[in-house]
Amino acid sequence: MSIFDGLKFRKVSSPIHNIDPRIKFIYVIIIFISAILFHQILPLAILFLMQLPFVFIAKVQKQWLRSLRGAAFIAGFIFVINIVTRLFYNGWPTTTLATLEMVEPALGMTMRFIVLVESFSVFFLTTSPDYLGLALEQSRAPYEFAFAFTTAVRFVPVLAEEAQTIMDAQKARGLELDKGNVLKRIRNYIPILIPLIVSAIRRSLELAEAMESRAWGAVKKRTNLYLLKLHKGDYALIGIIVLVLLVTIYVRLFVFESIPLLSTFF
Amino acid sequence: MITVENVHYSYANNVEALKGISLTINDGDFIAIMGQNGAGKTTFIKHFNGLLKPSSGFVRVNGVETTKTSVATLARNVGFVFQNPDNQLFSESVEDEIAFALKNFGFDKETITKRVTWALEFLSLTQYRKTSPFLLSGGERKRVALASVLAWDPETLVLDEPTIGQDYEQKEKLRHFILQLRTKKKTVVMVTHDVEFVAECNPRVILMCNGQIVADGIAKDILTNSKLLEESSIVLPQIAQIFTKLSILGLPSDIIDIDEAENTILTKAKERRLK
Amino acid sequence: MSVISLSDLVYTYPGASKPSIDGVSLNIAKGEFVLITGPSGCGKTSLCRTFNGLIPRFYQGELKGQVFVAGQDIAGKQTFDVAKHVGLVFQNPENQLFALSVEKDVAFGLENLGMSREEMRKRVDWALNLVGIYDLRERSPHEVSGGQQQRVAIASVLAMQPEIIVLDEPTSFLDPLSAERIFEVIYKLNQEQGITVVLVEHRLDLTARYTNHLIVMDKGKICFEGNPREILCNEKVCQIGVGIPKATLLYKKLKTAGFDVNSQIPLSSAEFADQLLKVLNQ
Repeated sequence: MSIFDGLKFRKVSSPIHNIDPRIKFIYVIIIFISAILFHQILPLAILFLMQLPFVFIAKVQKQWLRSLRGAAFIAGFIFVINIVTRLFYNGWPTTTLATLEMVEPALGMTMRFIVLVESFSVFFLTTSPDYLGLALEQSRAPYEFAFAFTTAVRFVPVLAEEAQTIMDAQKARGLELDKGNVLKRIRNYIPILIPLIVSAIRRSLELAEAMESRAWGAVKKRTNLYLLKLHKGDYALIGIIVLVLLVTIYVRLFVFESIPLLSTFF
Repeated sequence: MITVENVHYSYANNVEALKGISLTINDGDFIAIMGQNGAGKTTFIKHFNGLLKPSSGFVRVNGVETTKTSVATLARNVGFVFQNPDNQLFSESVEDEIAFALKNFGFDKETITKRVTWALEFLSLTQYRKTSPFLLSGGERKRVALASVLAWDPETLVLDEPTIGQDYEQKEKLRHFILQLRTKKKTVVMVTHDVEFVAECNPRVILMCNGQIVADGIAKDILTNSKLLEESSIVLPQIAQIFTKLSILGLPSDIIDIDEAENTILTKAKERRLK
Repeated sequence: MSVISLSDLVYTYPGASKPSIDGVSLNIAKGEFVLITGPSGCGKTSLCRTFNGLIPRFYQGELKGQVFVAGQDIAGKQTFDVAKHVGLVFQNPENQLFALSVEKDVAFGLENLGMSREEMRKRVDWALNLVGIYDLRERSPHEVSGGQQQRVAIASVLAMQPEIIVLDEPTSFLDPLSAERIFEVIYKLNQEQGITVVLVEHRLDLTARYTNHLIVMDKGKICFEGNPREILCNEKVCQIGVGIPKATLLYKKLKTAGFDVNSQIPLSSAEFADQLLKVLNQ
């Protein structure tokens, strides 16, 4: 069951968790845009470090590190691809300066990717799905969309557990998943997929029935038990967003050319 | 024969589900494992065919340690029927569904046909041979799942909550069916909440609580021990409820069978010349 | 006055060859506790689905006859209109909870009705308290047990304050103790809130004592209807395959053997034990 445990959501409370998801999302977007606007290592490193206080205040260091480790492979891939293409066009560098000029942009690209992953993971690690669903409900998105989202979150762990049971049931009937060649192995999954799909369909019908019985679609404009209100933390983050935006625009327009590069130190 | 020696099992999230279980299941035994949700019953039985392997301790099936072999090999001896038939049915016809395991185990064509025919007959499903299992009723689907396991004739049959969602008649059928298996000297282990069903089947009862076995004995002793059952949130069987109240008359309180109940009361009535 | 009145109901699911409901007429009075039983596939679930129009609106197929609920012919009504009057609780608790917290689920129907936040909060708290799960209101549905999930489902129809609650085998996935507790909750709602209850159930030993209107169905028809004490003593009911309470069976066996307890036919073990004590203690 271990691999599915991560899919279960839990209510956690921290100043970061309590921030309105919509504002947190805008923050992520701003970081995203900033990261794209710069290719130098220095600003990207600053953007990277800026997330750390969030991680620590929300106490999600462990999960955060895990997500970074997960991204490390792709990051390494980006780095290598960049280096290889540069080698291909420019040939083997002969001086230290040339080496730096080759490595730096590759490193920048990699850093940019890491900043993106980092900010999105901070967002998802500190936003409980029910809060996110609520934010969706209260934004202008159609309610069906928000409902689909929360129901998905609600049933992912249920389906994951069911998949595990189905796998056990078929193994108990002698199915060996990792037997045979590639084609056979794919075919091995048919006895697992069919019951899973059939049960998902049955479930969705039962859900629809229960929804109908609870007056789904009675009025055009649904109301909501909860109301999202902005708190101190939300305003603080709005302040930070404005600040980051201003600094980014300023730096990008006026000091972009004079941002020091690694190679300038040589 | 299944021997379990001081088995501990912890899930990946460090929850210890089994805390030192030892048990011997002899050939031909009929056992009901009871206990409240989270007592570790399902975790325990999944050790019998190697779906779970002990974190420490041993489970041996016919002398072979489950850690040293595969689920597929163990399954030949230990057939496992899951609670919900819909978690395994996938074939186009009942016949194919029953043949699935036989093919996995590498039986030849002729034997497969023979075994399928036998299993269909045994569970009175012959008329549905070519029907899609998805078109059958809940009780019938449950029987197909059972047939698909029985087909390879395992020595031991493990049933997880066989009576859940079943009506009275279906439970009666199941009970007769288990009796038939017993006459064939099969070992039957079932996990269930259904005290009434256990009282009617009269097996050896193993009571689990918090990952440990807290009682092991004949149904009559365990199902009439109200203190023990209460700790496991199990209700006394209906007949036992009556006799617990009647014990102040000097009647025995360890009665779960309706015929025994009738005779005991009639004797008492005769004593009092009420008849 | 009857709150549910069916006349000559015949219904066939689309694609089915035989009707699932085959000529059912039925009157349920306000405030009654009605128990419907019968073997699997006898049509009891289908019957429940006609009460709020899921049949034929959701399931299609052909419905003949009339269904009056709370004084209205529901033929032309949408399910959401009827939902205010009839609350349905289904068999599998897992598949009728969709929200990520208990209280949000209880509010689901009220949100659909467009109720104000203040009123909704009152109703949700009221319903949670009635079924005894107020403390669980902020939990997520997979953090609570099956029995508690079923209570959430009951609370969520209760919040809509319907006149009638229909429960279709609400405890078949639960252990006997949780089942007993659910039945107690349902009985309390019937007694204290005056809500009409229609309960579909196999376990008569746990439920027969709550009703004086028992309906036994088989093959889409009502075979027996009336006082459970009389019906459950009838030989023919046993042949249909209904799980008669052991106390009732034992009573019958003793009577056949010549020992008559000489009291009303018992429906539960506790009741019969008391009767026996009285007689044997003379």
